[in-house]
Amino acid sequence: MTPTEAIPDIQAKQPTSAPIWPCRLHQVLKARAVRQVSYVPDAGHAILIDLLINDPDMTTNVLTTEEEGIAIATGAWLGGQRAAVLMQSSGAGNCINMLSLAVQTRTPLLLLITMRGQWGEFNPWQVLMGQATEPALRAVGVTVFHATTAEDVIATVDQAAGMAFEADQQIAVLIDQRVLGEKKW
Amino acid sequence: MVNECNGMDRREAVRILLAERKNTLVVTGLGSPSYDVHAAGDADSTCYLWGAMGAAALVGLGLAQAQPGHRVLVITGDGEQLMGFGGLATIAVAAPRNLDIIVLDNEHFGETGMQVSHTGRGIALDRIAAAAGFAETGVFHHLDALRQLANRLQQAAQGPRLFVLKIKAENLPRSLPPRDAVFIKNRFRAHLGFMPC
Repeated sequence: MTPTEAIPDIQAKQPTSAPIWPCRLHQVLKARAVRQVSYVPDAGHAILIDLLINDPDMTTNVLTTEEEGIAIATGAWLGGQRAAVLMQSSGAGNCINMLSLAVQTRTPLLLLITMRGQWGEFNPWQVLMGQATEPALRAVGVTVFHATTAEDVIATVDQAAGMAFEADQQIAVLIDQRVLGEKKW
Repeated sequence: MVNECNGMDRREAVRILLAERKNTLVVTGLGSPSYDVHAAGDADSTCYLWGAMGAAALVGLGLAQAQPGHRVLVITGDGEQLMGFGGLATIAVAAPRNLDIIVLDNEHFGETGMQVSHTGRGIALDRIAAAAGFAETGVFHHLDALRQLANRLQQAAQGPRLFVLKIKAENLPRSLPPRDAVFIKNRFRAHLGFMPC
């Protein structure tokens, strides 16, 4: 069997209708005056990333690894701007030591993390970090919220942004794999 | 082996670069660069890092993007910047015109027992930055060129710049900045007119 044959066709089974929640999430971030967003490309955030890149009010940074986003967000706040970081649960593991920067300086931090390894996961390599994301974040002092439905994502991110930017908190919103839909292989 | 001339005095190098800092905002990488910048004179417009190795240049990026009217100067070490290696690509792609990185390069991990670093084994961070697309890069071996570099850092640039300063591998008496990160952050933000929550 060739490597190509080992992986079923991904394209054939992708859902065709785009979900509405990324558009509403974009509006929430704008309403909360977020001005900088950094991201590691992620299928769960693909629509939101596209909206942000094309928004002239937003500065976006594509990262080589997720912890860079923690440093950029801290710098943004030093300069008076609100920032958010988008990543997948696997990337949360990359951030652990760097999170000391935001926690120690008590810098507002809003992490939007799409979950893998949690619900209908096909790839076993995603399960470890998927299960470890919440305890690892809590262990370094980050407050964790869950959003389990599309409606929940909007309300949860909105209040998390309020807590982060008005009360100098470091907050991660974990967007449940059920919101994103099972990855079709 | 360090280098041919054994490198510059790091304290003097930093003192020259910061002598006319004007309204430049400064971010320091953990360890000796923080001590060097503190020894040159504490300032509200300096944010010292005591940890988060690899963060300094990227804190500089977020700050530069938020404050396009200020020049932002990151002063860090070779080991710290090596840990933020990928960040050079992120900065090059972001292409801020107001961000400069100074790497104080003693080719060693000085805080941890003077082990030879990658820059002592052939990695040239200025050439890495140039290949990534930084607007200006260079390497300096002598103090007498630094007054000119200090002037250059006050001038407008077409994109991010990175300059390597080859310094002596030595551990000087520490000049300790405050370690209270919230104090440093609030002091820095107050300098720019922002209040605590």
